Amino acid sequence: MDPGLTPSQTVGPFFEVGLTGKQSIGRVAGPEAAGERIFLTCRVLDADGVPVEDAMLEIWQADASGNYPSAKNSQRQEHAFRGFGRLGTAEDGRCIFETIKPGRVSGPEKVLQAPHVNLNLFARGLLKHLPTRIYFAGDPANEEDPILGLVPEDRRATLMAQPDPGQSGAWYFEIHLGGDCETVFFDV
Amino acid sequence: MTSEPADLRLQTPSQRIVPYRRPPAGCHPEYLNSAYCATVSRAPKRPLIFLPHTLSEVTGPVYGHDDISENDNDLTHQHADDPLGERIIVAGRVTDENGRPVRNTLIEIWQANAAGRYFHRRDDHCAPLDPNFTGSGRTLTDDDGLYRFVTIKPGAYPWNNHDNAWRPAHVHFSLFGPAFVTRLVTQMYFPGDPLFPFDPIFNSIPDERARRRLIADFDLSTTQAEWALGFRFNIVLRGQEATPFEE
Repeated sequence: MDPGLTPSQTVGPFFEVGLTGKQSIGRVAGPEAAGERIFLTCRVLDADGVPVEDAMLEIWQADASGNYPSAKNSQRQEHAFRGFGRLGTAEDGRCIFETIKPGRVSGPEKVLQAPHVNLNLFARGLLKHLPTRIYFAGDPANEEDPILGLVPEDRRATLMAQPDPGQSGAWYFEIHLGGDCETVFFDV
Repeated sequence: MTSEPADLRLQTPSQRIVPYRRPPAGCHPEYLNSAYCATVSRAPKRPLIFLPHTLSEVTGPVYGHDDISENDNDLTHQHADDPLGERIIVAGRVTDENGRPVRNTLIEIWQANAAGRYFHRRDDHCAPLDPNFTGSGRTLTDDDGLYRFVTIKPGAYPWNNHDNAWRPAHVHFSLFGPAFVTRLVTQMYFPGDPLFPFDPIFNSIPDERARRRLIADFDLSTTQAEWALGFRFNIVLRGQEATPFEE
C-alpha cells in the first residue's frame, strides 16, 4: 500500500503565531555543553539582495564529539547540548544562534564529514523549505568532505560561514536565495 | 523486533545508513511558481544538488515534548472566554510512506480566526481580532500516530498577490517525524471551498491527487453531537527506502 506523501506548502508570513515567538530556540548549546562556543549569525537575502525579514531557520547539528543528540537529550534542556535551533529573522534578515562548533560526523564510505550545521530554511514565497549546510571556512577537513566534493568548486564558498576576525567565536553565514552568489541548496 | 527509524539515532559510525525515499514527481510544488509572486525573488534559480543521506539527514531533533501544556491542543480554551466562530475538531493519523504510524512526534498548528485575521503584527486585514483566540496549537501523536485538535474554523482572507486574491480557509501544520529530512510544513484545507480554483498556493502542487490530500474530509464519526463538526486530516511523512529488518 502506498498512502501517498503529504505535499508541502509555504510557511507563509504569519508562522510566528505558531512556530517562533516563545517556541524559538536560539541557544543550541547551553553553558554545560562541551566544545568551542560559537555565535553563528545567519543572514537571509533574496535574489535582489533585499534582507528577508520573515524567514525561519531551523538548524540541526552534532555535538563537539560528532554525535547527534539522542531522543532523550535533544529536548528542552536549557543547560546542555540540544543540537536543534529555530529562529525567525529580524528586519535586517539576521538571526543569531549560540552553539558550539560541531565535531566530525561519519559519512559515506566511512569517510568523516567536515564539521557542519544542517539548515532548513522556511519563508513566505518558499513553497517547500530549502535545505542547505553551513561549513566553517578554513577548516582543513573541508578538503576531504564527501558532500562538499559533490558541489562544483566555484560554488563551495557559498556554504562557508566566515569567522569574524574582530570577535573570537563569532561566525557569519550569508544565505542568498538568488543572484550571482546564490547559495547552494541541496535536494535531500 | 522490527526496526523503527528512531533506532537510527543510536547508530554508531560503522553502521549503515538507511536512506529515506525521494518524493514522487509532482507531489511537492516547484520552488518557482510565477502565479505566486513571492516565489520570484525567493526561489533558487540553480538546480539543487543531490545529497545522499548521511547520519546528518537520517537523525533529527526530538523537540517540544517537554513543554506541552493541557490546553495546547484546544485552541478554544486558551483564554478567559470562548472564541467566536464555528467550533471544529480536526483529527487524524500521521503515518510514513510505508504505512507505519509516526509516534510521539510534535504537530504544531497556527491559523487565522473566524474572521480571517491572524494574531500577528503584520496582518493588516480589516477584520476583527478575537481576544479569546490566538490561533496556535501543539500536540504529540500517540502510539498509533493519532492526534486531535479542537479549534475554530478559520475564515478566508485577502492577500495582495493578484487582483481580488483570497486564500481559501486553511490551518497551517508543522511536523518533525523521526529525521531532519522528514520535516514537513503544509496547510490543511476544508472540503468544498469555492476558492480552490483561484489559489496559486494550493494549485502549486502539480499532481492533482497529491493536492487533494491537503483537503480534510468531513467526518461524522469525529463530529461530536450538539457540540462541534469533525474533520479528518491524515498526514503521510517520508518513509525509509527499506528497513534493515526487511533486508
